[in-house]
Amino acid sequence: MIIAENIIKSFGSQEVLKDISFTFEDGKTNLIIGKSGAGKTVFLKILVGLLKPSQGSVRYHDLDICCVDNSELRELRMEIGMLFQGNALFDSLTVEENIRFPLDMFTQKTIKEKRKQVNYCLERVNLEGINDKYPSEISGGMQKRVGIARAIVLNPKYLFCDEPNSGLDPKTAITIDDLISSITKDNNITTVINTHDMNSVMEIGDNICLLSEGKLAWQGSKEEVLNNNNPTLIEFIFASPFLQRLRSQALTSSQS
Amino acid sequence: MQLIKDLGKFISWLPDIFSKPENWGMYYKETIRQMYDIGIGSMSIVMLISGFIGAVTAIQFSYQLSGGFIPDYYIGYIVRDIMIIEMAATLTCIVLAGKVGSTMAAEIGGMRQKEHIDAMEIMGVNTSAYLVMPKLIAAVLVIPLLVTLALIIGIGGGYVAAIYVAGLTNYEFEKGLRFLFDPYNVVMMYVKAVTFSLIITSVACYQGYFVKGGSIELGHASTRAVVYGSIIILIADLIIALLLMG
Repeated sequence: MIIAENIIKSFGSQEVLKDISFTFEDGKTNLIIGKSGAGKTVFLKILVGLLKPSQGSVRYHDLDICCVDNSELRELRMEIGMLFQGNALFDSLTVEENIRFPLDMFTQKTIKEKRKQVNYCLERVNLEGINDKYPSEISGGMQKRVGIARAIVLNPKYLFCDEPNSGLDPKTAITIDDLISSITKDNNITTVINTHDMNSVMEIGDNICLLSEGKLAWQGSKEEVLNNNNPTLIEFIFASPFLQRLRSQALTSSQS
Repeated sequence: MQLIKDLGKFISWLPDIFSKPENWGMYYKETIRQMYDIGIGSMSIVMLISGFIGAVTAIQFSYQLSGGFIPDYYIGYIVRDIMIIEMAATLTCIVLAGKVGSTMAAEIGGMRQKEHIDAMEIMGVNTSAYLVMPKLIAAVLVIPLLVTLALIIGIGGGYVAAIYVAGLTNYEFEKGLRFLFDPYNVVMMYVKAVTFSLIITSVACYQGYFVKGGSIELGHASTRAVVYGSIIILIADLIIALLLMG
């Protein structure tokens, strides 16, 4: 469980996050949603300790990462996996070397054991047999999946994904969502996804927080999204005229 | 003001750079890779420049000393001492500030921009140590060797020019090389080489690691690594000369 309490973050005179409190639950897919510029990425970076909040705390069970030194933070981070928006795969390393990097750095396993673990992770993301390819030789969707494989190779307790579906076609995006959701359930890990993809919200959103202009505008689950009258949520979810028409038709038919 | 701020930031960064590696083997591999990049990658440019500098020094001084009051073998003596005292270390390191410094700043800055550094941080890697320490160690080990190479090639260039252009005999040039030789100058050359290698690497890594913005800012950081590195080398050269020869 990750508990963010009263998070305020300012860059100079600009307050980007305004007193946000939210609990990210174990074994669930927790979503941070909101428009571009709402402060999602800053919030995510604060959660993983890449940014320090101006005020407030982020607790991983009993450990407040805003008050620990670098070495304690690094120890905690060995329990964290993260998929970056741009994948952040090392271009000069092959897929296998990319996934193996955390194993090389932090474990004393033999090369055979490491290769077995890499192959297991590749199998988990349905990418067997691409060990020797370089990131530039595979598609964007495959790069995302390699990023996920690298994020889970040390069996993390916490998985963070920054815009996992950005730049992907809808079908591949659904595949990535399903993959993240199944990894979360199978390994019972706490997953936090930063997204503005509505398919993700409706398919895998167990616990959702909506940010708007740096504030927590709404929180709930995917089941509560459709039956909610929060104007900010409605404006975000039903952004296009087409979806607005669908919603009004659905409301009309349910009333009649 | 910015200089003091940067200096303070750099000093407070040092404990992170010199903290215990997570895995000695990975750091060793990275150090070897850096040694190869710095050493083998810079050999040809160092040989080319030092060879020409040695040859030009011999030709210039043979012209200056052509009055007959000073014996010809002084050309060998001058080439030797100029290479040992100044050219081999300072010129080679200014060239390396351009070649190696800009490469290091661009490499680390590119990793910062592509979120590679953030990815490593999230894995629990101490990126300050992993990205900087191997480069510092590799530079301190390899750059003195490149300076030695520059010295040998520079004297070789001077020899070729002295024999084939200035018309000296082998005996005269060799006599000049042995004339008034002071081993202390060689010690000073290596003190300079080690100091300059630390300067090149520190400035470049600092500029790359803390780069902000996009590709234009990365270009600026790379340029700053070369310009600041070269200026600090020249200042350090003066300080070392004052301290060791004063």
